[in-house]
Amino acid sequence: MDLEIQQRVKDMAEKYGPENVIVMLGSAEAEAAGLAAETVSNGDPTYAGPLAGVSLGLAVYHILEPEVKAEIDPTVYDNEVGMMEMVLDVDAISKEVKSIREQYSKY
Amino acid sequence: MYPVIKAASYILVHTPNIMIEGGTTQQLERDSQSDYMDQALKHIRSFQEAVLYAPNQAYIGNITPEVLENIPRPWYKNPLDNSSRYSKHGEIMPEDEFYILMQICDSFDLVKLDKDFVENMASKISQHPVLRDYADKIKPGINKGEIEAFIGNGAVPLRINGNLVGCVRKAHDKDINLSSHVMLENIATKASAVLALRHLVQDNNIDADSIEYVIECSEEACGDMNQRGGGNFAKAVAEIAGFSNATGSDTRAFCAGPTHALINASALVKAGIYKNVAIVGGGAVAKLGMNGRDHVKNDMPLLEDVLGGFAILVSENDGINPIVNTDIIGRHTVKTGSSPQQVIQSIVADPLDRAGMSLTDIDKYSVEMQNPEITEPAGAGDVPKSNYKMIAALAVKKGQLTRAEMDGFIDAHGLPGFAPTQGHIPSGVPYVGPAREAILSGEIKNAMIIGKGSLFLGRMTNQFDGVSVVLSKNPGIAEESPINEDKIRKIIASALRDLASHLGED
Repeated sequence: MDLEIQQRVKDMAEKYGPENVIVMLGSAEAEAAGLAAETVSNGDPTYAGPLAGVSLGLAVYHILEPEVKAEIDPTVYDNEVGMMEMVLDVDAISKEVKSIREQYSKY
Repeated sequence: MYPVIKAASYILVHTPNIMIEGGTTQQLERDSQSDYMDQALKHIRSFQEAVLYAPNQAYIGNITPEVLENIPRPWYKNPLDNSSRYSKHGEIMPEDEFYILMQICDSFDLVKLDKDFVENMASKISQHPVLRDYADKIKPGINKGEIEAFIGNGAVPLRINGNLVGCVRKAHDKDINLSSHVMLENIATKASAVLALRHLVQDNNIDADSIEYVIECSEEACGDMNQRGGGNFAKAVAEIAGFSNATGSDTRAFCAGPTHALINASALVKAGIYKNVAIVGGGAVAKLGMNGRDHVKNDMPLLEDVLGGFAILVSENDGINPIVNTDIIGRHTVKTGSSPQQVIQSIVADPLDRAGMSLTDIDKYSVEMQNPEITEPAGAGDVPKSNYKMIAALAVKKGQLTRAEMDGFIDAHGLPGFAPTQGHIPSGVPYVGPAREAILSGEIKNAMIIGKGSLFLGRMTNQFDGVSVVLSKNPGIAEESPINEDKIRKIIASALRDLASHLGED
């Protein structure tokens, strides 16, 4: 995850309280989604950015996960995400992000 | 009348030493004193290896993208036999010749070359189709000791195989926008653009004096501390290229720049303001070796060792060359939004909808044509393939394709990535030349050129951007039926009768 984005997530978690922040991912691949999810929950696994060794424990989801889809107006979801549902590997991405969330998210 | 694509040229410059010295990744790694730099030096390709690399042969036009698709990957392990450094409309230039070209393009005595090096290049210069015309402008060079003194004062070294052969000096003592590094970037961009423009006119028998306007569309900025992006690369490039009747200006839009430039050039020609407008983009030093860390990690050669360049001539309709259909223009607007679906809808689908066409009516789409062999090890995937999947998925959503037909659509309407990751260079324009030839030969009837740009990188806006334009077979110039005397008499009689009837009413 981009070092500047890590800092912005860290700042928001401090400002609003980690229990009030949800991180929504849009990564195109499962591995990248998993790395980003781990960064905002357990800490930066590459030990390169502001979240290295910082476990924010934030709730983290990917826009393609069924839990997220269920919360959004179907017309809006179809207009904004419907095409990418056909392009990306929804199952692999959902499985990866859910697994990280269940391990490290505290909220 | 629609304007036409009259000619296109594509050049690469193999610059492994500039990559090590000036590439952003290498600079950052050198500053952090990691062991990457030692590793990087072991992963450098020779000029011959760069020439034999199939994607490079596709970029300069010796093979079509379709032929490249059938060559097994990894391409760097399958050198292409019968490769040549020259093509019909371009070349791959080695670094030593490029240093000479940089000196030719340097108007402020900033590129200092070793006198023995310049002398030893005499034979190569005399044989090169572009350099030989500038032979009398090449300065003799200076002693190595003087070059070392300049480097001691902040100049960027120019090397060949590790040996010092010159340097680029700073152009001002205090102004960071005229630092030696910035001057290296800008002179390299200028020189590669000049090379593309010279091939454009020389290889296509175009009179350089017929070019009236040049639009430069790279991603560099030239200017001083009081006007950082003042410009004007276009005029600077036109001067050296010998376009004595031209002026020009720079168009900037990150990677979308070239497609914006193509549309702007077409508009200028269609409006009748100019008959011949050249668009040109030189290479980006900063992006050399950009994904080098991942290439070294995967024990691959540093494939980002070439500067890219291209030039396209947009001219008034000649009834033969493919037209730029200015009625089918896609654009990502401020209100569009940045979800991939909205982006593809606005740039690709909306203009076709407005023209009463479907996504399957376009024979070939030219998207971000990055070579996947460069991007995949860095985790960015196959960029053109992802774009084609999105276009196919949108066609399914619009009911123009069934889901089972998606793979077939991607194969038929897509192309393999073959361009170096030089930002604006791979963006849509690499296929303008091949599309021109494929339309002329009747292989395809049209192609959509798509340019997309990540404006947010400049931290001025979170907006994304993109535009598109369609090239089509020239239907020919319809001959207007001659108006004879009898016809004129009838028109006048009709007008007089009309006038008389109105007078009667009063």
